Amino acid sequence: MNFDPFVIPFNIGLYFILIYAVVRSVIWFRELSRPDKLRLQRGFFGRAFGQSLKEIFLESLIHRKILKSNPRLGYMHMSLAFGWFLLILFGTIEADIFGERHLNPPDRAIFFRFFNPDHGKTFFESSYAFMMDLILAFILSGLVLAVIKRFSSKVVGMKKTTKLKPLDKVALTSLWLIFPSRLIAESLTSGAYGTGSFLTGSLGEWFASFLPANELAYPFWWLYSLSLGTFFVLLPLTRYLHIPTELFLIFMRNSGIRTGDRPGTYSEVEVHSCSSCGMCIDVCQLGFSAGINTIQATYLMKGIRNREELHDIAHNCLMCGRCDQICPVGIEISPIRMIVRRTEDIENVYESRWKGYLRSRINVVTPRQETGTSYDFLPVRKQEKTDVLYFAGCMTHLTPSIKKAMVRILDASGLKWSFMDEDGGVCCGRPLMLEGNDREARELINHNSDLIWKSGARTLVTSCPICYKVFRESYYLDLEVLHHSQFIKNLIDEGLVDLNYLQKRVTYHTPCELGRRSGVYDEPLEVIKHVASLEATGYDNENSLCCGGSLGNIMLSREKRQKIAEDVTARLTACSPDSLITACPLCKKTLAQATSTRVMDIAELAVEAIAAVPEVKKTRRGVSKKKVIGETTATI
Amino acid sequence: MGKSVVVIGGGTAGMEAAGRLAHEGYSVTLIEKGEEFGGHLRDWYHLFPDRRSSDEVLAYLNNQVSHQNIRLLKGQRVTGFQRKGNEFIVSTGGGDTINADALLLATGFDLFKSQRKEEYGYGIYDNVITSADLEMMFRKKDLRLANGIIPERVGFLHCVGSRDEKVGNIYCSKLCCVTAVKQAIEVRKMIPSAKVFCFYMDMRMGGALYEELYKEAQEKYSVSFIRGKVSEVAVNINDRLVAKVEDTLAGRPLKMELDMLVLMAGMEMSEDGIKLADGAKLKRGENRFFQPADHHFGTNIGNMKGVFYAGACTAPLNITETISHARSAVTEIVNYLNSEK
Repeated sequence: MNFDPFVIPFNIGLYFILIYAVVRSVIWFRELSRPDKLRLQRGFFGRAFGQSLKEIFLESLIHRKILKSNPRLGYMHMSLAFGWFLLILFGTIEADIFGERHLNPPDRAIFFRFFNPDHGKTFFESSYAFMMDLILAFILSGLVLAVIKRFSSKVVGMKKTTKLKPLDKVALTSLWLIFPSRLIAESLTSGAYGTGSFLTGSLGEWFASFLPANELAYPFWWLYSLSLGTFFVLLPLTRYLHIPTELFLIFMRNSGIRTGDRPGTYSEVEVHSCSSCGMCIDVCQLGFSAGINTIQATYLMKGIRNREELHDIAHNCLMCGRCDQICPVGIEISPIRMIVRRTEDIENVYESRWKGYLRSRINVVTPRQETGTSYDFLPVRKQEKTDVLYFAGCMTHLTPSIKKAMVRILDASGLKWSFMDEDGGVCCGRPLMLEGNDREARELINHNSDLIWKSGARTLVTSCPICYKVFRESYYLDLEVLHHSQFIKNLIDEGLVDLNYLQKRVTYHTPCELGRRSGVYDEPLEVIKHVASLEATGYDNENSLCCGGSLGNIMLSREKRQKIAEDVTARLTACSPDSLITACPLCKKTLAQATSTRVMDIAELAVEAIAAVPEVKKTRRGVSKKKVIGETTATI
Repeated sequence: MGKSVVVIGGGTAGMEAAGRLAHEGYSVTLIEKGEEFGGHLRDWYHLFPDRRSSDEVLAYLNNQVSHQNIRLLKGQRVTGFQRKGNEFIVSTGGGDTINADALLLATGFDLFKSQRKEEYGYGIYDNVITSADLEMMFRKKDLRLANGIIPERVGFLHCVGSRDEKVGNIYCSKLCCVTAVKQAIEVRKMIPSAKVFCFYMDMRMGGALYEELYKEAQEKYSVSFIRGKVSEVAVNINDRLVAKVEDTLAGRPLKMELDMLVLMAGMEMSEDGIKLADGAKLKRGENRFFQPADHHFGTNIGNMKGVFYAGACTAPLNITETISHARSAVTEIVNYLNSEK
């Protein structure tokens, strides 16, 4: 037999999806910025290619990250992806070795049993058939899990699973039908010819004992081909587009392309790479503490794909970055959310072409009122020359205990320092940025930059991780920016302050902006361990929680914020520590409202330890020591 | 007759109600967690609006409770109560149980803990004090800064922990405005050279003779009233407080140097009251105070049969209102006990 009409649906689907992939890749490539095009070309001929293949194998097929964090869910994904891959690979080899010719068309491998029904009589052939059955059984076991997950997500260790749109359901049904129809088709054919191995062979034998196996097999081969074809044709319109798209994502990421702050090819590839696995749902505090279950990353991705109204989803988020951390695909969720927030004054008009298979985007910029400089009223401040410049920031001014502690520490260090915003300064700009108002933020940045330049300082110390991040990333400054936890650690290392050891058991809350957003984990821990006994909480480092006070969300009600904060403090004070330490004025203020345990900033803890050391009176603007912190701590 | 009532809380409401119930012939047990009866009244110097001494009111209440039908228990905390049939069994921290036919909760209020508004610097800067701290200074007749110097510029900050959604209290504590006016006058009387400022959102002078007192403060005692809330407090190089405030009537930001800042702490449901309420599943309103059966004609009646409320455990009330509320609670209890024969 060389041809049978039942292979037509499969072939239509296959060639459609292949051509579609080429067309879509060309469009995506054309829309890349010039530097990103260069990165991609460089990556294609460089190390990124090999890295990508490895990563594709580990993540797209084996699903290593999901396996690590949730073995059952990982097994489900692995059996479907890796199993299918093995089935295609070994099917092709089978067709090549045992078939009539070499280099067969793809349908030969997929429908091998139909075209070679009496294959499997010799020992070698039957061993191969055994392996093919094993792979099929592997896939089917994952499929069973997937079906169960759809109806009861707890079975695979998830609290919630994602909701589907109608087209997804059709695609899902066709996906679910592929392997059972193959199983039945192969079994019936095997039953009729007495071939097949432990799975298809035994099932076939049993079918043949009471059914006309040969006649019944044919409709199932049709069903198998139709479900494959339908799945391929619908793929670009459904979430299953993530399967091919993730390959692009991995390659682009390894080539050095990042999301950036404007929508583009990479963000689109990321959005389409989301497999809706739902792992972001379970880590989201808005979900498990505040009962808000509509705004999680997977729904944001779905909303962007389906061009839904996104305002609430984009803005009702703490921007804590826990979903970025857990995403097994490595989608940069927060930057994408920021893109959606930013582009609210740009109307994204999409023209859907070819029934939604292709699209063109027209950006309509809504005219903004020209206001001129909106911060004319800011006072002019004369900034004196200094070595260390301290910027407390708005939030620290609202938590004077931290400010007072920092003044004490800076005085004790003997360094020449100056308080940049002692009389209340200008905001660093981050709250405006988080709301997507970059232009207004830039005015504040320019104002502050001017003061910093004039000071001639070599080190800028901030007490607020929000300021810290923005000074490092959004200002163009030629000086070292330190969060005060890093600064205190340097002072300890340099011997500029002597700290006692306090008889205190404490836990530490890692602020989102300092930890996940800026990667500062070790220095605060080292300072704490230097002066007190630190207990682990299970929410350490990357797995830290958001206090709930985030500036990134202006939609959340006070009650829900309070619920989040109470939930967090309950978890962090479960071991009843003497104090809960944090390193962010906003976290401190938020957590202190939610617990009876004393909440302290790391600077306050350090001052308690200084207080035990006899104080040497130093003037605030004292003569600087020879060693200046900026020169000696360049290793950070 | 021969029925018994347990009154929990020996402040103004509890004492007045216990006295009245005893006069009606019931045997009353009045339980107070502190070492003395009198509640918050004992910390106060003069009462608004007429600046009579709080000791006079305290003397009246002490007189009320010295009655043969009243058993006074002080230094005892009620840990919970149970209703069995028509009887209540009240357990105290000492392990004792007291039986009663009706229960009157007069658990009162706690002052808002001003540390929660860290931006005002209470507990951080020595000369930021609360209205309650100031009354203690008045009682000792010794109004000084932490370093012993007489203050020359004193600020009063209204609505600390009241009408403030950020701390979860959207309600008005309603006494702090008139207390600030009264205290401003007291400061001016004690230190005639002092300059006194009140920072307010609205002046809520809705009681008998309140408005007159407010007028007196402005005309006779030259207290400056500035409409605007302080945003943050710092100290300058001379160790003087600097309050950032916006004068919303003049429409300009101000930085005021002050020697002393008095925080007009609001009233919150008492923590012990919350424990009792949650233990016995008594309803509480959104403001966390006990929620009476009806806000018009059932303000003393609880959602559990035989449980009654009196005083500031239902809402912020002043002394006059508390005494009236305690008397109406007595009427309700008498009605209830008569119908439960």
